[in-house]
Amino acid sequence: MKITPEEVAHVAALARLRLSPEQSAKLTGQLNDILTHMDKLAKLDTSGVPSTNHALALTGALRPDQARPSLPRQEGLANAPDSDGVSFIVPRVI
Amino acid sequence: MQLHQLSLVEAGDLLRRRQISSVELTQAMIARLEATEPNLHAYLARTPELALKQAQAADQALAGGTAGPLTGIPAGIKDIICTQGVTTTAASKILENFVPPYDATLVARLKAAGLVMLGKHNLDEFAMGSSTENSAYGPTHNPWDLKAIPGGSSGGSAASVAAGSAFYAIGTDTGGSIRQPASHCGVVGMKPTYGRVSRFGIVAFASSLDQAGPFARSVADLAEVLQVIAGHDPADSTSAPVPVPDYRAALRRGVKGLKLGLPREYFGEGIAPQVRQAVEAAIKVLEAQGAELREISLPHTEYGLAVYYIIAPAEASSNLARYDGVKYGLSRRAEHGSLMDMYLDTRSQGFGPEVIRRIMLGTYALSAGYYDAYYGKAGQVRTLLMRDFQQAFEQVDAIVSPVAPTAAFDLGQKVDDPMQMYLSDVFTLSTNLAGLPGMSLPCGLTSTGRPIGLQFMGPHFAEETLLALGQAFQEATGHHLKHPPI
Repeated sequence: MKITPEEVAHVAALARLRLSPEQSAKLTGQLNDILTHMDKLAKLDTSGVPSTNHALALTGALRPDQARPSLPRQEGLANAPDSDGVSFIVPRVI
Repeated sequence: MQLHQLSLVEAGDLLRRRQISSVELTQAMIARLEATEPNLHAYLARTPELALKQAQAADQALAGGTAGPLTGIPAGIKDIICTQGVTTTAASKILENFVPPYDATLVARLKAAGLVMLGKHNLDEFAMGSSTENSAYGPTHNPWDLKAIPGGSSGGSAASVAAGSAFYAIGTDTGGSIRQPASHCGVVGMKPTYGRVSRFGIVAFASSLDQAGPFARSVADLAEVLQVIAGHDPADSTSAPVPVPDYRAALRRGVKGLKLGLPREYFGEGIAPQVRQAVEAAIKVLEAQGAELREISLPHTEYGLAVYYIIAPAEASSNLARYDGVKYGLSRRAEHGSLMDMYLDTRSQGFGPEVIRRIMLGTYALSAGYYDAYYGKAGQVRTLLMRDFQQAFEQVDAIVSPVAPTAAFDLGQKVDDPMQMYLSDVFTLSTNLAGLPGMSLPCGLTSTGRPIGLQFMGPHFAEETLLALGQAFQEATGHHLKHPPI
């Protein structure tokens, strides 16, 4: 088994997902199928091969440090589930 | 011929010669959309009032002589691309009521070019899927056969352009999400080079792979759309500061002397016989027009799927961390619940099964103890895949292959087997990993009347070569002139 039910629970916690027991069982099976397919990568010798994170060799895109108009606060808050017109409101943390 | 069956170029000619107005054309297209939508479900949002307002403005531009090739032409936008004031859901419950406060750069460019937007096209949730069945709002049907999937993730875009409920559409392609549905719906679709079209304002799935591109019913139509959306955008740091050539001029280049590579790994087992036949016949057409064929090898092809399904979910798990119920979208807040409860409830209730599966896969691949074996390894094999293409393009100008191993399968056929579903992208996802341009165009129908697609792939920024090949093929054949029975 590539990934155990306990690992599935751990990964779900990392990803901030709450899974039902049925969901967990189904996902464990499916993730095992998928990860078994990934095994073929391990058979390939990649020693000394650099990793590619990005297909184009673009370097850091910089622009002059000038103030520009940005989204007005009201528009930024327009989609907020809860706000007081100034900030996003979330459940109490402390 | 009815108005909705015209090509974009033909409709544009009629508009500029003032034989019809954009308002008339838009009204005809709204009627067409209303007639086809009950069967297709290609649109998640319809915006007829906005379209007519934009059509009136287009008619003024046409009267004033300031119209361009797209001015007044009705189109649809994939619902993962932000449109100011019009809901953008990514086909997810978690963004059900999200109204973007700004336009994606490509939408702003289209508006400046006279866009008439009929609505927002259906897709697999967050563009994760190959059949549009992962949409939280129900699947799109294939206009050639309503029992069949339209492909995905840009299935609504492809189905709509095929059925004539849009003259063109903009989709996104992370592993084949433009080319595979274009193939299944018998239209032309292009994934440009990574960085050719700005990603600013596109809901992110996998940032190193995502690229937006056009759908149209002919290569000539597609070139007009690409001309408008391509180009550097200072708001997207990954957009390429490379000049945009004259794509219309590229259509006239012809293919004489072009060296065309046939990768043996793309013609092996697993391809449906009718797909192979149609693609081989298409290659003969190009040969007859003067293209030189070369057998080539892309030896790491068999590893592409594994690399893709590590890198794409890894990037997705990171990108989708932003859906936390705080700033926009769904927010589930129980009375006296904690912040953590809000995160867990919002995400678990907002995301569909495939999105959860990919977040889980990506989080696992990035987690302590597994990073090197999965994400690290995948990045290295990605380098090998890119080298395959680099070596191939030392010998050939473009590569030709099938788009998908089979024509469209039936709705429901693969929903419970994610690994089988992922195999739909086996011929398209390597170009995303390498950042290359790819184009899909129709090259025939199966005996049951389902479209088959031909794929061209080129070096970085070789969109012109793909357009030249596609145009030559469409001048010699009539596959793109067929209309679905809907």
